[in-house]
Amino acid sequence: MTATTQERSMFDPSILGPASVDAVRKLDPRHMVRNPVMFVVEVGAAVTTIAWLAGSGDDPGWFTFTVTVWLWLTVVFGNLAEALAEGRGKAQAATLRAMRSTTTAVMRDGTEKPAQDLRPGDVVVVEAGQTIPGDGTVIEGIASVDESAITGESAPVIREAGGDRSAVTGGTGVLSDRIVVEITQEPGSSFIDRMIALVEGASRRKTPNEIALGILLAGLTLIFLVVVVALRPMADFADTAISTATLIALLVALIPTTIGALLSAIGIAGMDRLVRRNVLALSGRAVEASGDVDVLLLDKTGTITLGNRQATSFHPMPGVTEQDLAEAAQLASLADETPEGRSIVVLAKQFGIRERHLAGVDHEFVPFTAQTRMSGIDVDGHRLRKGAGEAIERWVTDEGGSTPPQLREQLDRIAREGGTPLAVARDSQVLGVIYLKDVIKDGMRERFDQLRAMGIRTVMVTGDNRLTAAKIAEESGVDDFLAEATPERKLALIAEQQEQGRLVAMTGDGTNDAPALAQADVGVAMNTGTQAAREAGNMVDLDSNPTKLIEIVEVGKQLLITRGALTTFSIANDIAKYFAILPAMFAATYAASGDATGPLDTLNVMNLGTPESAIISAIVFNAIVIPLLVPLALRGVRYRPSGATALLRRNLLLYGLGGIVAPFVGIKLIDLVVHNVLGA
Amino acid sequence: MNVAGWLQIVVFIAALTAVTPIVGRYLMQVFEGERVLLTPVLGPVERGAYRLLGTSPDREQDWKGYARTVLVFSGLFLAALYLLIRLQGSLPLNPEGLTAPPWDLSFNTAVSFLTNTNWQFYAGETTMSYFTQMAGLAVQNFVSAAVGIAVAVAVIRGFARREATRVGNFWVDAIRCTLYVLLPLCLVGALFLVSQGVIQTLGAYVDVTTLTGGTQTLARGPVASQEFIKELGTNGGGFFNVNAAMPFENSSGLTNFVLMLAILIIPAALTNTFGRMVGSQRQGWAVYTAMAVWFIAAVALVYIAESDSTPAMHAAGLHGANMEGKDVRFGIGSSSLFAAVTTVASCGAVNAAMESFSGLGGAVPMANMMTGEVIFGGVGSGLYGMLLFVLLAVFLAGLMVGRTPEYLGKKIGPREIRLVVIGTLFVPLVVLVFTALAIGTKWGAPSIYDSGPQGFSETLYAYTSQANNNGSAFAGYTGFVQPNGDNVGAFGITFANLLGAAAMLFGRFVPMLAALAVAGALAGKRVSPPGPGTMRTDTPTFVVLLVGAVALVALLTFVPALLLGPVVQGLTNQLF
Repeated sequence: MTATTQERSMFDPSILGPASVDAVRKLDPRHMVRNPVMFVVEVGAAVTTIAWLAGSGDDPGWFTFTVTVWLWLTVVFGNLAEALAEGRGKAQAATLRAMRSTTTAVMRDGTEKPAQDLRPGDVVVVEAGQTIPGDGTVIEGIASVDESAITGESAPVIREAGGDRSAVTGGTGVLSDRIVVEITQEPGSSFIDRMIALVEGASRRKTPNEIALGILLAGLTLIFLVVVVALRPMADFADTAISTATLIALLVALIPTTIGALLSAIGIAGMDRLVRRNVLALSGRAVEASGDVDVLLLDKTGTITLGNRQATSFHPMPGVTEQDLAEAAQLASLADETPEGRSIVVLAKQFGIRERHLAGVDHEFVPFTAQTRMSGIDVDGHRLRKGAGEAIERWVTDEGGSTPPQLREQLDRIAREGGTPLAVARDSQVLGVIYLKDVIKDGMRERFDQLRAMGIRTVMVTGDNRLTAAKIAEESGVDDFLAEATPERKLALIAEQQEQGRLVAMTGDGTNDAPALAQADVGVAMNTGTQAAREAGNMVDLDSNPTKLIEIVEVGKQLLITRGALTTFSIANDIAKYFAILPAMFAATYAASGDATGPLDTLNVMNLGTPESAIISAIVFNAIVIPLLVPLALRGVRYRPSGATALLRRNLLLYGLGGIVAPFVGIKLIDLVVHNVLGA
Repeated sequence: MNVAGWLQIVVFIAALTAVTPIVGRYLMQVFEGERVLLTPVLGPVERGAYRLLGTSPDREQDWKGYARTVLVFSGLFLAALYLLIRLQGSLPLNPEGLTAPPWDLSFNTAVSFLTNTNWQFYAGETTMSYFTQMAGLAVQNFVSAAVGIAVAVAVIRGFARREATRVGNFWVDAIRCTLYVLLPLCLVGALFLVSQGVIQTLGAYVDVTTLTGGTQTLARGPVASQEFIKELGTNGGGFFNVNAAMPFENSSGLTNFVLMLAILIIPAALTNTFGRMVGSQRQGWAVYTAMAVWFIAAVALVYIAESDSTPAMHAAGLHGANMEGKDVRFGIGSSSLFAAVTTVASCGAVNAAMESFSGLGGAVPMANMMTGEVIFGGVGSGLYGMLLFVLLAVFLAGLMVGRTPEYLGKKIGPREIRLVVIGTLFVPLVVLVFTALAIGTKWGAPSIYDSGPQGFSETLYAYTSQANNNGSAFAGYTGFVQPNGDNVGAFGITFANLLGAAAMLFGRFVPMLAALAVAGALAGKRVSPPGPGTMRTDTPTFVVLLVGAVALVALLTFVPALLLGPVVQGLTNQLF
């Protein structure tokens, strides 16, 4: 999905046009019957059409006709809402389909095979300029890949064998180099296939919440149907004849058409909002679950802190100048291409130390190994080393030197403050300590405060030791932390939280995250991650932005709130509709002889013009409120992170009380037009 | 309206609120099997009963087992009661020699007392023998109350338990309820009534010479023993036709007050029992408050409405309070309070003639019943009915806080909502359909005495009352024609009797089974701990929401019907 489709408005003619056609096509009863509320409206519209054609009843023909037209419009508006929500997805699907164009895969043995015939286990070779024929894992080589087609991000990404950046997506293009890819997808179920199905809404299954709400709406529809059917004999007893058109108008006004018409649009739009944030939810259930999340597991690195630790200061040992330490540190880091290493070089520059050019100087770099836990350089007859405190202590001791007591003090102090100390030694002498610090991203504290207000606990997950983790947790404002995390401990933490009845969300990218991603209720896999991670999670973030989880939670909540708000609004509307239609129906009932109106006419509190204009106004309101609320349904109601009680009070006032008041105003205004202007 | 009237209402609500936690705690102790004051005396009886039935408190049932036992138990009692009524002519304690009432009336009556409705198409003193009243109807007053309370306790367990499958043992709950709650309270209550002048005798009716010299037959009987359970068990079926307006049933202002308290005490206390058993009394108080808010509004409306005469009375030059059909001993205040009490609870005992209330004054009791009798409601059934509405409110509002709706930490899913919809909407559906049948068919017509809105109100009231297991009536709706005072030549209107019986059976058992099924579903759920993101259900906001949900969902259904009956009456000065 390119930027243009993302920003396309729902009222864009290219969407509105086909959607209008779809809205009429959806009148097919076989489609309508899946939505009981709107199906009843359609049947009602059909009955009034027949009543109008047959010219039966005491009603004037224009009245029956107007009611009929507006009943049909009600159905069409409902369908239009759904079609509009689907429309945006369809546009995106078209873009994606274009990408899935048939490519030919070159197998490792040089033979060729159509891309759609690839099976898991097939191994293909992709070179610069070619399109990757299917989803898979890089098993050999490294390449820069253009994934803009699925992520919208134009900068190429690196994909390489081994490690956590080995997954490639079919349909994306290799820009440079050559990779060998082992295919992991079944034919026809590639990532892009799933994406297409998803944005088109074809694979949309109703979520438990939607089903529950559907049951409630069907129940209300049934009871109001009975209300209206039973009203006939009751009115007869009061010697009041009520026409079929009027009864159906009452029925349609009472059943929850507003929410019934918008329910599926809300669901589709919720998925769509995620897609536009470049998140692919593999099920609607996962989107809803994200609204329920109680605990967020956030990786420290990249989510809470900027990806990497930065060197912030040098702390020399007694007898060593800061300058001296800085120079040694710089030399020891020259070959260190890690961000930490580079930050040491950058910091050293601030001490006026130019980057040394080692050309011509006899030197040898000593790379980092997991055994030595240090790296360095042998130059000018000196051996410079930097590394973890214990590693340097051991090195110095082995070299025959001794460690000054200040070293331990510095190491402990920095760790206590949440930093990472790196010791630097020259031969048998400890020169000092480099202070590496995690830099916390801007605005994290506010984010966590918001989450706390929403009732979500944040847990920072880090491989750091407890001291460091505690410090960063405190600085960033996260609620809790898991230090010295391993995939097993992470999994255990999730299981423990779930055991206590909490819903857990997390992000992950590596293969070793896969079990935790699968265990979590909401597992967001980074698109840059491994295929295993992508398959374990129930969402994939195409931007590979771990902070996205917070937005996902908001979308999930918004989805539920929108449904609840419109349901409440819809039911609350009934009060005003009763006040419009019932006095109109029974205006003359039990009138004293000689009077035109009976006792119930007093209930015409809105002072609507005539019984006919009152009934028409009510169903016109009922119909046009659907398109008026479509933007709200598609956008979702505004969600400001706050506690449940505050949210409830706000939404009750807005949609409950608002739902009671709005139709009184709306129906009166429409009546002014229908009665005073049009003369009904 | 006067200060004394308002004061009585205030004192009544204060007294009810004060005893709620006391009785609520006692009920919890009884049903949790804790030792109470009466245990030394009743413990052996209780254990003996278990041995006799071959059961024990350890042998709990799942919701289906519980429901099956309730149904079989009820079926047996229905058959027994029907036979007893039909055979009363050959049974003892029949000093007036009353023969058996017709089969259709007997069936309606048996169903009526089985379902805790106590709808009476007959007049007690001219239709039922002492034996029928004592061994049949009064026994059912105890049994049907015990069944309702037992089911409510099982439902509470479903809400309270975590990851469990069982909800209790019906026999144990019913026996404990009868032994420790109903029998002791009724013993004390009946003796109190006797002390206040309520009669209790097996002697025959007496002929007396009136002050004007005429003779009159005074019906008597074992009244006090039946009277107290009639209120305590929210049964409402009077020994005499005029129910608690008769001095032999309700002798003074004091008995009137105590009887009203007896009606509401168990339904009110069960909210507290609920709170205690789910581990938060606040949850119970929230439910209580929602009920109380509605109840106070109902009392106030009736009192205000009855303190003025109707538009038709105004037109006839009559002003002041609407005293038609009211007992001067009680006046407007006590009559209004009683009318509200007996209809928010599914009791149906009356101390004034409901059909003589003004339009609004009559609409409020109907509306009370139309909620599904969940404002305090029947003993047990009120609580479990209200809990279904709680789930409905939680579902609607829970969505609005952006989480899957949950109550007491348990998520409300499609299964629960399906059951809630059945449990809350089925009875309104029955009321509407049956009223339409009664009003619109030729078989229904013979039962309707009046024409116009009053005739409609009588019919609507009849089916609202029966389907919601209340039992009070707008007189005028007939199901039994009795030319002589001894069942000779009497016949029932079969249509009304059977339709009414069906309404009562549906109204009793559909919500009951739905609530039990909900309890079964909830019992198995895991509980998520509350946090700031979870919607609290013990706040004033939630109380407002709950009242709103009851009003919107239950009452919206009946607006057109109410309009054609009591509302027309309240708005016009015409006579029909």
